[in-house]
Formats: sequence, structure tokens, C-alpha cells
Amino acid sequence: MTNRIIICEPSEIVANGLSETINGMAGFAVVQRVDTPDRLSEKILAVDANILIVNPILLGFSERNLPSQLIKEYPHLTVIAMVTTYMEEQVLKQYNGIIELNDSKLKIINKLNQIIQTDDKTEKNDDVELSKREIDVLVAVAKGMMNKEIADRMNISIHTVISHRKNITRKTGIKSVSGLTVYALLNNLIDETEVYK
Amino acid sequence: MNKAPSFSEKTKLAELIADNPKLLQVLPRFGIGLGFGDHNVAEVCKANNVSVKLFLLVCSVCFDADNLPHQADFDSIDMDGLLPYLLASHRYYLDERFPHIEEHLQHIIIAGGPKYGNMLSHFYNEYKQEVKKHFKYEEEEVFPYIEALRRGDCGKGYRIEQFRHNHSNIEDTLEDMNSILIKYLPGDILPKERIEIAMDIMELSADLVSHSLIEEHVLIPYVESLENALP
Repeated sequence: MTNRIIICEPSEIVANGLSETINGMAGFAVVQRVDTPDRLSEKILAVDANILIVNPILLGFSERNLPSQLIKEYPHLTVIAMVTTYMEEQVLKQYNGIIELNDSKLKIINKLNQIIQTDDKTEKNDDVELSKREIDVLVAVAKGMMNKEIADRMNISIHTVISHRKNITRKTGIKSVSGLTVYALLNNLIDETEVYK
Repeated sequence: MNKAPSFSEKTKLAELIADNPKLLQVLPRFGIGLGFGDHNVAEVCKANNVSVKLFLLVCSVCFDADNLPHQADFDSIDMDGLLPYLLASHRYYLDERFPHIEEHLQHIIIAGGPKYGNMLSHFYNEYKQEVKKHFKYEEEEVFPYIEALRRGDCGKGYRIEQFRHNHSNIEDTLEDMNSILIKYLPGDILPKERIEIAMDIMELSADLVSHSLIEEHVLIPYVESLENALP
């Protein structure tokens, strides 16, 4: 399986160089580049990335916990810091690994392979645990809401709703709306009075 | 090119069944009874007035879903038996398989008490409506259109493309029913009966998949060729 990487880096030079290096490696592909952390969670989902390389300087004080939040939200995601300037050790601790500006090509290759192997997140791809957002979508589906309605209600795009639904089906093995309703009931996510009127 | 199937009209029917037990369910839908001895496929088909080519085509779709026929493959096939075959399949599902599953499901619904019984019963009833609607549409809209087309009556406005477009999938929900029975209901509710019924559901689900493949890869292309031949 090819590792799908999303790069979040403000410097054109660094982003270009990183993409160039990674795209030359077997098993890794940069699927998207962004220069701000805005709506990063949605973008990760949209391109189905399993690795995020982000420059910590992009994350201000209010976003300082974003890496650990994302790892929690997407258990199969590996988050790597692209370090271009001095960073507190405390900040870098929450990342699964770091790449530094002066790393050689070989070093980057080794680091990426090593991070992926030690994490072995590909295994966790089969994780059955639904994320908070997925549970919200599941409940909405069980209540009979349409994708458009759910998107409006949760303030996300329809595309994102569909991605969540795909993940819900992958994790639970349940495809139909009526099946998802039973799943939600069995797990006490909704009450019978909310669905069977 | 399709790879040559591992069976032909010269294969003994009993051997074909030994290799592909699913065929046992196909026989009655073609009106072929048991007790055919050591006769080969061609002989048994002839004795039962079934087109050998159509029989082999249906077998190939049922046995090898990865190796579906090309349109050119069935231009020369006598298709008279196709709709009766599909109708007989519908009857088998509606009159035999679903009632059988429902009967056992009722036991599980009762044993599940209000908490689990209600949701299961809702789920099944909803699904039953979906299945009935699915077959009803085919039997009351699609098949009569095809019959008319075969008689040379070009129909009014309906085209098989609409069927291709609307052909809903009824096996997904059935598989969900199995997930519920196997994975999600508490383990102490009639486990033996659940295991038995889960096996039946898997079999029915695989059968429905074959059935859809025949509709989508034999029936629809066949009807398209009839439509294309219209003046």
C-alpha cells in the first residue's frame, strides 16, 4: 500500500524540496500540499492521507495540540514535524517523528520508513473504534437525515460526510441505513423513540 | 477474451454439481429435476427442453463472477428460458428462502425481548418491503416490457437503460442482517439458531449476488441488443 502524504508547509522552497524527495521514494506519494493548517482535519479525510507532515511554526498557541488531536481523531494517521527552526522539545513530543531542514535524502528515507514501521498504523487501519465525528454522522444517518442535511447541520462539506460514511462502513462492516440504525441503537447512541415513530 | 470454462455440454451434470454445489439450486429454476443419472449436461438439458447454451451461460456467471460473458457471446443463444429462469429464482427467494429465514428470525426476535426484538423486527420488516418492491418492479415493469420487445412490440418510452440505472442492491442489507446476528446482538440470545440462520443468510446472499450478475450481465445486454435491432 502506498503511503499517502499531505504536506502542510508555508515555505514554497521547503514544500517543493520535500515533495520532490518523497515522490522519488517507493511506497510514498505526496497527495496534497497546503500552506495553512485551516480545515486540515477535513483535508486529511478528503484525500485519505495516512501521513501528515506539518511545520510546527504554522500552529499558533490555540492550535498547539492539533497533532495529538488529529492522531486521536484518525487512529491510522502518522503526524511528522517538518522542523525548519528551533522548536521546544515539549512541542515536538506529540509528533510521531521529525524531519529536519538539513536531513540528507537518505536520512529522510530512513526516517520515514522507520516511523511507518514502528507505528505500524497500517494495521490499525482496521480499527473498529469510531471517532467522535463519525459517531455524530452515524447518529444523524440513523435518524434518517440525508447527506446534505448532515453537512449543513455539522457545517462540513457533503464530500466529508460521504468520507465519514465510508469510514463508518469500513469499521462496522454495515452498509445499509437500516443496519446502521440498529448498530446505533445497540450501542445506545440513540433512543428507539428517535427512529421508530 | 474469456478463458475457456472448465466445463462444457459434455461434462456429466453430476460432476459439475460436485465441483459447484450451488448448481443444485439452479436446476429447479430451469425445471430440471433430480434423478438424471450419469447423463451429461447436453443430454439432461435436451430431456428437459432447456437451451444448453443458456444453461452453460448461467452456470458460468454463477460459478465464476470474475469471468463475465461478453455481449457477443450470447447473440447466438436461445434466450426463451431466461425470463422464466429469473422468475423461478424470484419465487424461490420469496416463497422459500425468505419465509425460512423469517421463521427463525421470529424466534430470535421473541428471545431478544423488547430491547433487541423490536429493532430486529423493524429492521427485517423494512427489508422485506424493500425486497418485495425490488422484485415487484422487475416482474410488473421490466419483464413485461422485455416480453413485449421479444414479440416485436417496441414499448412506449421505457428502455432497459432505466432498469440498469435503478437496479437496486438487496444483498447489502441482508449482509448487514448477518453482521447484526453475528457481531452485535448479545451472545446469549439463541446462539445456535443464530449460527444456523447466519449460514442460510450467507448462502442466500451469494445466490442473490449471482442473480444480480445474471440480470446485469446477461439480461440487460441481451435486451439492449433487442432494442438496437428495433427499426
